[in-house]
Amino acid sequence: MTETTDTAPRGAAATRRPSRDATHKGRGRRGPRRGPGGGLPRSWRHSPLSRITPWLFLVAPLALLITFTYVPVASMVSYSVTDWDGVSPDREVVGLDNYVQIFTRPELFRVFFVSGYYLAASVVQIAVALYFAVILSFNLRFRNFFKGVLFFPYLINGVAIGFVFLYFFQDGGTLDSVLAWLGVTTDHPWLGDPTSANVSLAGVSVWRFTGLNFVLFLGAIQSVPGELYEAAQLDGAGRWKQFRHIIAPSIKPVISLSVILAISGSLSVFEIPYIMTGGATGTQTFVIQTVKLAFQFNKTGLASAAAVVLLLIILLITWIQRRLVPDDKVDLV
Amino acid sequence: MTPDRTATPASPRTLNSARTPNSSRWRLPVGTSLTYLSLLLATAVVLLPLTVVFLTSLKTSQEVKDGGALSLPGNWLNLDNYVTAFTDGNMLMAFGNTAFILFFSIGGTVIIGSMTAYAVDRFDFRAKKLVMALFLIATLVPAVTTQVATFQVISGFGLVDTRWAPILLYMGTDIVSVYIFLQFIRGIPVSLDEAARLDGANAFTIYRKIIFPLLKPAIATVVIIKGITTYNDFYIPFLYMHSEDLGTISTALFRFKGPFGAHWEAISAGAILVILPTLVIFLLLQRWIYNGFSQGATK
Repeated sequence: MTETTDTAPRGAAATRRPSRDATHKGRGRRGPRRGPGGGLPRSWRHSPLSRITPWLFLVAPLALLITFTYVPVASMVSYSVTDWDGVSPDREVVGLDNYVQIFTRPELFRVFFVSGYYLAASVVQIAVALYFAVILSFNLRFRNFFKGVLFFPYLINGVAIGFVFLYFFQDGGTLDSVLAWLGVTTDHPWLGDPTSANVSLAGVSVWRFTGLNFVLFLGAIQSVPGELYEAAQLDGAGRWKQFRHIIAPSIKPVISLSVILAISGSLSVFEIPYIMTGGATGTQTFVIQTVKLAFQFNKTGLASAAAVVLLLIILLITWIQRRLVPDDKVDLV
Repeated sequence: MTPDRTATPASPRTLNSARTPNSSRWRLPVGTSLTYLSLLLATAVVLLPLTVVFLTSLKTSQEVKDGGALSLPGNWLNLDNYVTAFTDGNMLMAFGNTAFILFFSIGGTVIIGSMTAYAVDRFDFRAKKLVMALFLIATLVPAVTTQVATFQVISGFGLVDTRWAPILLYMGTDIVSVYIFLQFIRGIPVSLDEAARLDGANAFTIYRKIIFPLLKPAIATVVIIKGITTYNDFYIPFLYMHSEDLGTISTALFRFKGPFGAHWEAISAGAILVILPTLVIFLLLQRWIYNGFSQGATK
């Protein structure tokens, strides 16, 4: 066993890591001895024990992956064409009826419009994050303090954030008090009507998630070697040109990733609106509705269809992004 | 996606210092005072809601009723609300449950993720491409959408309303950590494996004695991001653990909504109790956290 597994990974390595020094040398010396075939030694394929070695390592991970990702996806698709209630032993196949319901019953379809608020919020979020990432990539006083403050909300527990902002938007709460202190008196119930409530909740999501985008952008900007800016300055490039030609291309992959996260994120909002309003006053999102259909109203079939629709939308968006922005990194140096 | 990406923890600093001597020529795009003003404004927006809740948690219920949101507590050492949150709000049990879930799901994730990475990177076998594809495609499936059906799987195992439901789900659906390990394991020279093999070590010994110890930085990254996301997760414990005594810190805090109704001082104390450990961890492990989350998100 030791003899056979010994050679196998090296053969694999030969194809994968042509540039690594340590392995390169080792292979250079031993390569010729392996004979003209060059590829995998014969013995490796013949030993049954070593052939199953990788599978011994993979059996638990694959079992978990299949049980908790692929089985649910498959059964979700199969539930979605039935009228199953999630408990009773019998169910009837209803074809595409559930899908038709999702797109034709206005009260079910409406949740897609709520995502619009969060989508708009994520545009704000990316813009704010980009602004602070650019200015904090310079040497500023208290730079680390500001960085920490901007990022910290991302780490806070969602339920705690929900309560903090329930108090914030409450009648006579933080927001009203601050406005009164600034001389604006208002008795507007912030979570009282659908538009205001959705805008407020989307604002909370900006507060919560800007930090992640900010840190991603900052990391990308700082991965640009400093000499590049110096060279650009020597060539007489102004600040705008430096942003346009050095900073912008270096963060393009991260921005495209953030856009994808933003779109799929705004379709799958759950925590903040569920904790703060429970989906009342027109703040029900797609996921809240799905959870309610499945676990409160026992409409597993309909909920599965809704989940399949969401999954398909997210897959579609990811596919479009992969087509528009190829995965390769922009090479600067 | 090159192996060198694992070297990022050090790079921002060196780049910075490289840029410093030049900083006089590097004037800020906006006027300096305007820049600081925007930063201070952002700081206020972030910290004000949190500070007000902290102040509220120190007030008596009479003070909350009479004073405005921005008023200061009469007694800065009034910890009664924290006692209430701990005793009536079951926070102690919640911290216990969360710790239990954290321990097993993080341990499981580290073992499973590193084993997968080792098998995929160091062995050549048929169906290797298929295995990789299975893991890749799974990253595209958001867990939030599949819970309707996952619930039936968990209920089929009879695990609904036990602590093992979230543990298995956190362990089994974490593909990001597999990628972090995979990325890191590529940087460990294969010659080390070879040397051990010549000394008679088998594949498992190599994994346990050579690869696993060398993966420490990747393990730290996974422990931190997995730890924080698990600690903060609300959705899974909310769906799978209904019993009163099976609350995690998220669901236990969520239950404050009912009994404490308008008692904002108690709710605030609960929220601060939940935020405090995060703040401490963040202050201690800042650099690791930034890197961990940027790595986790870009994979």
